Amino acid sequence: MANEVNHGRRRFLAGSTALIGGVGVVVTAIPFIESWLPSARAKSAAAPVTVDISKIEQGQMVRYGWRGLPVFIVNRTQEQLAGLPAQDSRLKDPKSENTDQQPKYCQNEYRSIKPEWLVVIGICTHLGCVPDYKGEVKPEPFDPNWKGGFYCPCHKSRYDMSARVYDGVPAPANLVVPPYHFVDDTHVQIGVDPNGASA
Amino acid sequence: MQMLKAILLALVLLAGACAAHAEESGYPNANTSIADQASLQRGAKLFFNYCVGCHSLKYLRYSRIADDLGLTEQQVMDKLNFTGAKFGEPVESAMKPEDAEKWFGKAPPDLSLEVRAKGADWVSAYLHSFYVDPSRPVGWNNTVFPNASMPFPLWELQGIQTAVMKPVKPGGEPEVEKLVISKPGSMSAEQYAQAVRDLTSFLQYASEPAALKRTAIGAWVLIYLALFTFAAFVLKKEYWKDVH
Amino acid sequence: MTEHVTIRPRNRLLAWIEERLPILSFTASHTTGYYAPKNFNVMYYFGSLALLVLVNQIVTGIFLTMFYTPTADGAFSSVEYIMRDVNWGWLIRYMHEVGASMFFVVVYLHMFRGLMYGSYKKPRELVWLLGMLIFLALMAEAFMGYVLPWGNMSFWGAKVIITLFSAVPVIGKDLVTWIMGDFIPSGATLNRFFALHVIALPLVLLLLVVLHLSALHEVGSNNPDGVEIKQKKGPDGHPLDGIPFHPYYTVKDLFGVGIFLILCAFIIFFEPTVGGWFLEHDNFIPANNLVTPAEIKPVWYFTPFYAILRVIPSKGLGVIALLCSIVVLFLVPWLDRGKVKSIRYRGTGYKVALAMFAIVFVLLGSIGAGKTTEWIPEIFGPNADLTFIENTFGRILTFLYFGYFLFLWAYTYFGWEKTKPVPERVTVVQH
Repeated sequence: MANEVNHGRRRFLAGSTALIGGVGVVVTAIPFIESWLPSARAKSAAAPVTVDISKIEQGQMVRYGWRGLPVFIVNRTQEQLAGLPAQDSRLKDPKSENTDQQPKYCQNEYRSIKPEWLVVIGICTHLGCVPDYKGEVKPEPFDPNWKGGFYCPCHKSRYDMSARVYDGVPAPANLVVPPYHFVDDTHVQIGVDPNGASA
Repeated sequence: MQMLKAILLALVLLAGACAAHAEESGYPNANTSIADQASLQRGAKLFFNYCVGCHSLKYLRYSRIADDLGLTEQQVMDKLNFTGAKFGEPVESAMKPEDAEKWFGKAPPDLSLEVRAKGADWVSAYLHSFYVDPSRPVGWNNTVFPNASMPFPLWELQGIQTAVMKPVKPGGEPEVEKLVISKPGSMSAEQYAQAVRDLTSFLQYASEPAALKRTAIGAWVLIYLALFTFAAFVLKKEYWKDVH
Repeated sequence: MTEHVTIRPRNRLLAWIEERLPILSFTASHTTGYYAPKNFNVMYYFGSLALLVLVNQIVTGIFLTMFYTPTADGAFSSVEYIMRDVNWGWLIRYMHEVGASMFFVVVYLHMFRGLMYGSYKKPRELVWLLGMLIFLALMAEAFMGYVLPWGNMSFWGAKVIITLFSAVPVIGKDLVTWIMGDFIPSGATLNRFFALHVIALPLVLLLLVVLHLSALHEVGSNNPDGVEIKQKKGPDGHPLDGIPFHPYYTVKDLFGVGIFLILCAFIIFFEPTVGGWFLEHDNFIPANNLVTPAEIKPVWYFTPFYAILRVIPSKGLGVIALLCSIVVLFLVPWLDRGKVKSIRYRGTGYKVALAMFAIVFVLLGSIGAGKTTEWIPEIFGPNADLTFIENTFGRILTFLYFGYFLFLWAYTYFGWEKTKPVPERVTVVQH
């Protein structure tokens, strides 16, 4: 064995080879990680959907699918709308200050573009169950002062008629309002903002 | 010395791979290029004007065509999509399968993988080789794929070809000697050859859209690997100074 | 040959673990403690490369299963889904497909190395046998993987290969139906092949690889001189001609990996089908039980064995010959009675025979791949009787294939071999 081993040179060469190899391994991992992102098929299924709301009666809720998520569209009655302001003191986020939960154009008392039309994703913000629609303004077993809203059967989270979450329930935030706009008076496109930007 | 041998062996294997690729198809070279975006766009236009009525590209999405051919959503939806499909949906043909079976005996094949299955040279030769044959149900025959049950929609471009038959030997089958254009179409022979080149290029692209990305990345991967191999080589040299 | 190395870590947590599970000592014993002959040549790269390809197949395979649908209706389009819709799916699929073929490239070269330098001889018979079992498991793994895309070649390949089992006496026909779970290859066949391909056979392969390496590390590596290095030890107790695997062969193999990856990357990015050799044209047509592809042939790595099957004009004998052509490789350690290991010091007869064997193997492959039908007319004229010439040629080659083993036995058993003196120490080319 040679005595004049240059250990510094060896360390440097081993280090640089390891560095180059390491970069290669990390870069190679990228395609594998990205393969888990939604595929072209999933993205195609996630395209905006346009729905006809002309058949939805006053006080009725209809579900639509968008990106595999249930989208609730409610034609709110004057009675339901009138009950909203009184709830503010009982809510976690009455002013919809959590901006992740709705687009800017829906940050209002009704959390909607047109007061009567509520468009929300029907996924409880607690653990992802689909809440039931309890639209009637009448005392319910879970709330004697019920002014209409949504009730999650999984862990008893409650939301009012603007899908704002009540205080004292496990759900942390209001239901999400998806980007949407009115194509005309009877058609709503879900997934595209009024200014045309798609989600 | 050993390094040389290793590289030499790799080169031999590489040469084998290249030789395997260079195999002849037996048809004239289709001369396609998927790198020529203008050609792909013209080919797409031909496909959607003449072919999509019967043939689908069920593994290719309109959105993908837009991305890869440098077209906008608007252009694809207005100029290529005549079936009312959504932008993200794959290319289905306008014809119902049951109608197809009634008209042609069997449904026209999907062409998503035609070039990968048959080769670009075959597709190009096929598109050059239709001739009028009244004995066939659809009125057309083809020298590359005899008794193909496909009418020839590109005749208005190429013109109508008729077959000059070889003298039939007693007991022999009739054979085509050559094809001649009996009624000219809207294109000259050169123009039609270019149109077939464009259409075949588009079908080649449709067979493997990833090919565009593949070759673009490949060079960088090889450069990186050359760098890595060089580093490993120097490292090996350094350590093997010990070994006598 | 492994020398035990004991590691006593300073770190208290590592020391605690090491006392209970000496994993660092184990690793050190098999790397810095493994003394390999210092005269390995280029043929000695393929073992580590095979391991690299195995890792590649497992990683890419795991990702492919995430997107692949193992049903008769869904398989073909799910492969196209991977090729087009899944992000980078095409790359993962090509890495798997090219990896499969490259696996056989390196394994064939690795096996040929064994024949060249007598690596199957005492005391390495078990290393060879375990290696042969790996080869067998690999063939089954590759065949079942080839069926999964459910193209027309997958379907007909499955049909032909499974039908081979009908040559088994008495139960043959029932056996075929049992394997397919149907009367033709169908969704049932596809599902069971999927399970075997992604779970059962990889487990078997991994286990065999561990055993192959354990057996090797027990007896130590052979080398191009066929000299046992542990017979000459220095005052430090290490073989005079041995060097620690780590760092010397780890850095050398790293260079080999670099060259090998350049070759693989070139194929993956610029020629992933290799002109129909790695991915066949007819397999881009969906499985169709009514239309047989014009040319039925297996992928290139099976063609030599397939040729033996095809040129023998009897189904039963053909299958037996096919079986024997693989079984005979298991017997090589006992057929070869010669004491000299390396081809460098063996008789001329052996050198000629091994070269012939390699050529015969490649030519059989060309028959199995249907390539001979292309060049027969060029040699014998356009009116040549293709079938007759191909069959005659193929039978001569089959005879020569088996002849090699017969010759090997007779040549060494009757003492016809004139060997050269084997040096005491390994020879090293100065560089």
